[in-house]
Amino acid sequence: MTNDTIITARGLTKRFTVKKSVVDAVTDLDLEVRRGELVAFLGPNGAGKSTSLRMLTTLLPPTSGTATVVGHDIAKEPAAVRKRIGYIGQGTSGGHNQRVRDEMLSQGAFYGMTRKAAASRADELLVSLELEPLATRGIMGLSGGQKRRLDIALGLIHSPELLFLDEPSTGLDPQSRANLWQHILQLRREHGTTIFLTTHFLEEADLFAERVLVMDHGRMIADDTAGNLKSTVAGDVITLGFASEADARSAWGRLGEASAGSALEGSTIRLVVDRGDLLLPRLLREVDAVTSATLRQPTLDDVFLALTGRSLREDSADVSTSPATEGANA
Amino acid sequence: MSTTDTYNVLVRELRPMTRDPFSLIFSLLQPLIFLGLFGPLLVASSDQPVGETLQSFVPGILVMIALFGTGTTGSNLLYEMQTGSHERTLVAPISRSSLLVGRALKEMVPIIVQALVIALVTIPFGFTVNPLGLALGLVLLAVFGLGFGALSYSLALASRNHDWMFWGIQQATLFPLMILSGMLLPLEDGPQWMQVAAAFNPISYIVAAERALLSGDLASMSVVWGFVAAIVLAAIGLSVGIRGMKRAA
Repeated sequence: MTNDTIITARGLTKRFTVKKSVVDAVTDLDLEVRRGELVAFLGPNGAGKSTSLRMLTTLLPPTSGTATVVGHDIAKEPAAVRKRIGYIGQGTSGGHNQRVRDEMLSQGAFYGMTRKAAASRADELLVSLELEPLATRGIMGLSGGQKRRLDIALGLIHSPELLFLDEPSTGLDPQSRANLWQHILQLRREHGTTIFLTTHFLEEADLFAERVLVMDHGRMIADDTAGNLKSTVAGDVITLGFASEADARSAWGRLGEASAGSALEGSTIRLVVDRGDLLLPRLLREVDAVTSATLRQPTLDDVFLALTGRSLREDSADVSTSPATEGANA
Repeated sequence: MSTTDTYNVLVRELRPMTRDPFSLIFSLLQPLIFLGLFGPLLVASSDQPVGETLQSFVPGILVMIALFGTGTTGSNLLYEMQTGSHERTLVAPISRSSLLVGRALKEMVPIIVQALVIALVTIPFGFTVNPLGLALGLVLLAVFGLGFGALSYSLALASRNHDWMFWGIQQATLFPLMILSGMLLPLEDGPQWMQVAAAFNPISYIVAAERALLSGDLASMSVVWGFVAAIVLAAIGLSVGIRGMKRAA
């Protein structure tokens, strides 16, 4: 491990026994995150993302394997790990019967801050997270977006060098989600905080994460930048439409050797290629009788489809398939 | 366990109360209903003078405050486990046992305030109270509340994946514990089996001790047994609760 590494995991495994059947929530997770990185775990519900995060944050002891977080072993020195990380879980961090600023002061005290330090940090965060007018309000009465901003404030009270976020935008409307990301990105810009999050929102991982770790059925099946994943795993899709099936067939013949995934379907041709943006103009010049043409550049969903044969979009709606893996420890 | 952590948890638990002290008075509704609606019936059905009846009835009501106030307190933790704020405290660098002990210690505060209010309110109706006995009685109630509250938190921790269990067990135990302690009606005239059950009910001893203390009978053996019952209950409650908190984390 170099000084630059903030998270290392080797063979991290979690196995639950739910009603006498064994569930492999996470299997053999190897992981390395460098200081200052913004990394996202992407995968459907039940893939093992949250379980991995819960192990890394000392909430859940691994069945086997080891991990070092901020220089400390998660199993041997959990207290040292907890002191240095921030964690924003899936739920509401603030107590329902507490007031906004009170809860921030309690949180500061939990992290060993003096009253004075906690108070000035709380006031600073109230301003930067636009919670100032709500300081003396009860948490029960806050809106979903306001509660989420308070979750962030509570996670940041001790200015952690590493912040874990578990499904940070679930349940938020698009505006609150955009607002949340603005805060996360600002945090990185200003403090160089390392951010490790889980998400099943493709766009989120695509737009913000520097590195995407794709998880499925408890295993990490890909680890790269979103751009690399898209170009190496999925590829661009060009769809050409023709007036008749005969036109399509003759063009298909002229195109010669088609790449994997390409197909002739009635009066349309589907081509999977690299750099479709460069190829499309040439195709339009050289292939006769094209009546329509579309270029679709891949999303991370195509990556997931190519890796697993399933679409993440369909999967993310299907929460009920494996509730045990993510929910058993809740 | 760390004293600082316990103190910090205690301060957090007390904050809603200090912000909204009226909530303490509001939760006195149940004992007030028993005092106002059950009390007169008790007075009417008894041959004793009013003061005499109150002398045994009011201490019972004080124990009732502690019993019901702390018996339901686990629901707060249950709710925090469901929403995620308990998880937040588990990731913070505070000891697991402090999370339980701080919460249980908090139970003492509302009990003392509420029991004091009820005791004072009943004085104009003929209840006489020995000041030193009242002070000791409040300490006894606080120790009992600490232990019973810790048991309620233990129940919440045990039923974290099915909250119906918390409410089911809580409903199934609170009323039998109340009736079989002689809190409202004396058990001396009841059937033999009830008296046997009461002998195994720690709350019987607390009730008897409160009655002796508030009447000024400070040297009574029942005071000693009351404190023994409360201390044993607190020791059991805290150790079960701390174990539950460590296991649940």
